Amino acid sequence: MTVLAVGAVAAPVAAAATQTADATSSEICDPTSGLPLPSIPSMFEPASPPAADIEALTWLLLGICAAIFVVVQAALVHAIVKYRAGRAAVDRDGVPGEPRQVYGSNPVELAWTVIPIVIVFVLAMTSVRLIRDIERTSPPEGALAVTVIGHQWWWEYRYPELGIVTANELVVPANRPVWLELHSADVNHSWWVPQLSGKKDCIPGHTNVLWFEAERPGVFLGQCAEYCGTQHANMLLRVEARDDAGFDAWVRGQQSPPASDDDEEVLRGREVFLALACQACHDIAGVSEGAFGPNLTHLMSRSTIGAGVAPLDRDTLRQWIDDPQTLKPGCNMPSLELDDAQLDAVVAYLATLR
Amino acid sequence: MTTLPTTPAETVADRRAEPLSARLHLWAITVDHKRLGIMYVLSGLVFFLVGGLEASAMRAQLARPGNDLVSPEVFNQLFTMHGTTMVFLVGMPVLLGMGNYLIPLMIGARDMAFPRLNAFGFWLFLFGGLLLYYSYIGAQGLYGTSAAPDVGWFAYAPLTDRTFSRGNSTDYWILGIMVSGFGSIATGANLVATILCMRCRGMTLMRMPLMAWMMLVVGVLVLTALGPLTAAQVMLLFDRNLGAHFFDPQEGGSAILWQHFFWFFGHPEVYILILPAFGFVSEIVPTFSRKVIFGYPLMVAATVGIGFISLSVWAHHMFAVGLGPVLDAFFSAMTFMIAVPTGIKIFNWIGTMWGGRIRFASPMLFATGFVAMFVIGGLTGIMLAMVPFDWQVSDSYFVVGHFHYVLFGGTIFAIFGALHYWYPKAVGRMLNETIAKWSFWLLFAGFNLTFFPMHISGLLGMPRRIYTFQPDRGLELWNLLSTAGVPLQAAGVLLIVWNLLRSHRKGAIAGNDPWDAWTLEWATTSPPPEHNFDEPPTVGSRRPLWDLKHPEDPDGRYE
Amino acid sequence: MAATSDATVDPTDGATRRDAVEWRPSRGKVGVASLIAMESFFFGTFIVAFLFYIGKDVHGPTGATALDVGPVIVWSICLLSSSATVVAAVKALARGAKAAFEFWMGATLLLGGAFVYGTAVEWRGLMLDHELFISTNLFGSTYYGLVGFHAFHVVLGLLALGMIWTLSKLGHLRAVDAEKVELVSWYWHFVDVVWIFVFTSVYLFGTGIL
Ligand code: HEA
Ligand code: HEA
Ligand code: HEC
Ligand code: CUA
Ligand SMILES: [Cu+2]
Repeated sequence: MTVLAVGAVAAPVAAAATQTADATSSEICDPTSGLPLPSIPSMFEPASPPAADIEALTWLLLGICAAIFVVVQAALVHAIVKYRAGRAAVDRDGVPGEPRQVYGSNPVELAWTVIPIVIVFVLAMTSVRLIRDIERTSPPEGALAVTVIGHQWWWEYRYPELGIVTANELVVPANRPVWLELHSADVNHSWWVPQLSGKKDCIPGHTNVLWFEAERPGVFLGQCAEYCGTQHANMLLRVEARDDAGFDAWVRGQQSPPASDDDEEVLRGREVFLALACQACHDIAGVSEGAFGPNLTHLMSRSTIGAGVAPLDRDTLRQWIDDPQTLKPGCNMPSLELDDAQLDAVVAYLATLR
Repeated sequence: MTTLPTTPAETVADRRAEPLSARLHLWAITVDHKRLGIMYVLSGLVFFLVGGLEASAMRAQLARPGNDLVSPEVFNQLFTMHGTTMVFLVGMPVLLGMGNYLIPLMIGARDMAFPRLNAFGFWLFLFGGLLLYYSYIGAQGLYGTSAAPDVGWFAYAPLTDRTFSRGNSTDYWILGIMVSGFGSIATGANLVATILCMRCRGMTLMRMPLMAWMMLVVGVLVLTALGPLTAAQVMLLFDRNLGAHFFDPQEGGSAILWQHFFWFFGHPEVYILILPAFGFVSEIVPTFSRKVIFGYPLMVAATVGIGFISLSVWAHHMFAVGLGPVLDAFFSAMTFMIAVPTGIKIFNWIGTMWGGRIRFASPMLFATGFVAMFVIGGLTGIMLAMVPFDWQVSDSYFVVGHFHYVLFGGTIFAIFGALHYWYPKAVGRMLNETIAKWSFWLLFAGFNLTFFPMHISGLLGMPRRIYTFQPDRGLELWNLLSTAGVPLQAAGVLLIVWNLLRSHRKGAIAGNDPWDAWTLEWATTSPPPEHNFDEPPTVGSRRPLWDLKHPEDPDGRYE
Repeated sequence: MAATSDATVDPTDGATRRDAVEWRPSRGKVGVASLIAMESFFFGTFIVAFLFYIGKDVHGPTGATALDVGPVIVWSICLLSSSATVVAAVKALARGAKAAFEFWMGATLLLGGAFVYGTAVEWRGLMLDHELFISTNLFGSTYYGLVGFHAFHVVLGLLALGMIWTLSKLGHLRAVDAEKVELVSWYWHFVDVVWIFVFTSVYLFGTGIL
């Protein structure tokens, strides 16, 4: 049974970590953001203080548990091997029948009560201290505040200080703390980007807070970690940490209205969008004010669609609008059964929302 | 002083003489604890096959990313039904059923304290389970009929609100569990009353077999834990059907309150699922090590301690909820404490094996496998109790790995061990050892292959309850391995089923005491007569049969 | 201690000195105590929900605006005193005084019935005058849930006691049944004790008196 020893834990994790390192170093960049492509979202590749603290703690915990594991299994294996009938000294005590009956031993039992108490005490103290260190109740100095609202099955992000509302992809400055306020519009969700911090639930009628500070520019992935219904599996998270210049540019882009385009097809697309139910669910600055679905004002500044189910390009956009259920079965956007001309027009229009 | 009856029991052949309908009728109207126990275990095993089938479908779907073997809706129903089935329709009934069968025999009683209540409890459980499964046929869901519940086994609000769970599949979940819960309550009360009031002469509390102690604590836990669950389910039922607002955030209701109520039940529940398993192991290990249990009084103390502590750790399932540092710290510390009494048990079992003369017959194989595997699950539990670490892995496959190590590696292994150990008593025939050993090793290998990789996929960021996972995140291999273990497990399970069926006819005749054991149940015939003992036994120590076999060195002297 | 496999040996023979007195609790008592323990947790959960939601309503009516404590005190006195009458009844039965038993049991039934009547009157007022239903708000949900389940248990108790009373009237109750009657009276006491907690939560905390 010791074959399963802890080495088995460490090895694959380490392997995964190396794989990750390769991915980051190979400088293939994300076409939209120009950032290094996302690495494997493993908690063993932390990029933010809370995640780094937890990673250190994890190795400590694994070490302690591995030690206990080895001691206990070694004792067990020893007992199995040494005291096996036939193999064991049958008449060790000179008695051929049953082995010597030992009813207990106070010192021994005391030892295996007290030693675990000590270990457990140390663990509890560590836990209490780290909870205090990591869980903040007020924002760190100079933090960027973002309100996160979980929806069935997409994320809404609001930057109250910057007047920006966007969806599904959180863009933050690197090397500056970010203070998230977590809400939910419907059921429980959980915001989890392992490389940045532990998870925290988004609960309707209850506000949670979470902070992180990306220590390097990059794309960090995660996904909703509390079961929230049909498409829980495709409620993906994507955080882009940009350097200061990149972030400022992004903010300016988001704050300005989408450039208007006089192309005939685009104008028709806009008509269609307004004529159909789209406008009832989606907000496009200056065009429509729906609030049920993601804000589309700067749709094309994102690199994925449908909370990460597919990369965002004209083809997937067209497929999505034609019938979102083909990409994300069960999601809360219906197919409005547009004909081909309408589809082309709407896609052309949406493609201008940069 | 130990006196034991010699019983000329009706033979197996006698019973087979009657026509089938008459025999079935006898089973249906029985209030005999042994028949009820057997019916509990058999129904539980059938539900185990069904739950295992559901798990197999999930694993097939998760064999590779982007698979579309089952739709998201079906997947969500699968894990909900799998979890609910395994906990409420497999774990509880099999364990309570074993208690039902064994406790009166072990304490030298004629039957349970309330035989008719006992029968009532069994039928409530069975009909509750059937009601739950009827949802596959009769329930209305968001996407039409044939919708089993899909809210997860802990049914978090407000996903269970009318708004988000239309139709009535969630009502099936509530009612099915509630009805079978009433059955468990009846059985819990019955166990407590039986153990306290029905012990034979000479059997003081401190002379009971350890299993009786564990069942006593389980009975108490059932009584404390199921009340809150039932109350919370009633509230949810009111919310869904009478328009109440207990868990409705729109009206100021709290989604978190449900979590408190559920886990106030849910955590003791997991100890309800493990304590009887501890009981089985505490009987099997001494018998096959040929040694008295090491440190009986401390084992009793640890059992009672686990019972108490388990009532005050529930919020360790809620560390990601944002309860605040003080509560997080409190529940973390309480959770760590439970390692101490549990550790005592592990060490005492090893202490019992130490210096013994261990025979690895199939029950002992499963019991040893239990000890080895449960330690792994327990240690990952300790990791989860470390709050900041839990923030990373809560609701990930790491947790799924943890609880399958304790539930399968723990409870199910112990149940299989117990089946192999007491089958000869209940049936009168031995199981085939060769098949038994094959099934153990297949299960052992398949179990580890399935569940060990889950820890790794969890650490690498895979959340639980997802019907598909993302490619290129380092998860493919681990999921494939997990799936690969399932056929091995299925083979092991099928072998056990086959062994149970075939040995019923073909097994070697067992005799009263095939394992040369020491507790009272081995003093009567196999199977025992309806009245268990011709004369109420009298015991003078914890191991009445040891006293009989070793009159020169009786046990009572050392207690 | 000598052990023997001979079943005919007298079990009370010398060697069993330690076990000379073998006391076991009555299974009826343990069974009812178990039921009561389970029910306590059931009610505890409803009480927690009630207390947790005091003041969390987004709109009225609430306990402070809708509940009238005065009459409830009267009905509560009825219920609580029925605990005393039921004790008197059990004692009477134990000493075989049939008439006294029926008198005290009848009094218990009346007092319990009065309490249920009181609850009905209160509910009628809440529904008609305050338009408070279980679906109105959190107060409605928790109030009807808690008080309703309590009233339901009172009714169950009344049914049990009523059956006993009827059996006695029909002449089917004997002094040996005293323990069974006593067990039912335990349940009745339990329902009373729960009411003390319900009253404190609903009518003292829930109305702002405390
Ligand atoms: C049989 C059932 C069973 C058992 C026995 C346990 C035992 C334990 N469990 Fe587990 N648990 C579950 C079933 C069980 N669990 C289930 C089903 C869930 C998930 C529910 C869901 O979300 O669906 C869960 C989830 C769960 C969580 C929540 C995770 C999350 O959702 O974020 C936590 C967190 O603290 C936890 C902790 C523990 C601990 C500390 C123990 C301890 O009792 C373990 C104690 C044992 C040992 C520690 C090993 C032996 C001891 C020694 C060898 C002594 C030396 C050791 C030390 C000094 C440390 N469990
Ligand atoms: C005692 C409890 C128990 C047991 C024994 C098991 C056993 C198994 N579980 Fe279980 N599992 C839970 C309790 C249990 N589980 C719980 C509580 C959850 C949480 C649910 C939730 O999130 O709500 C869960 C969740 C869960 C998940 C996570 C789902 C998700 O989060 O998306 C997975 C995934 O792989 C899984 C797999 C398995 C597998 C492969 C087995 C295997 O060990 C099964 C082995 C058995 C078989 C393979 C059956 C073989 C039989 C046949 C093939 C014969 C069939 C013939 C006939 C019917 C005639 N389980
Ligand atoms: C009933 C409400 C509703 C209507 C009508 C609707 N949508 Fe949506 N839409 C949604 C929801 C909800 C989502 C998020 C789905 C998800 O990711 O789970 C969404 C997502 C989208 C997205 C992807 C956004 C992103 O960032 O991933 C686009 C683009 C979109 N809708 C365009 C349209 C267009 C064009 C129409 C009209 C033809 C339309 N929607 C009609 C609700 C609606
Ligand atoms: Cu949102 Cu899961
Ligand atoms: Cu728990």
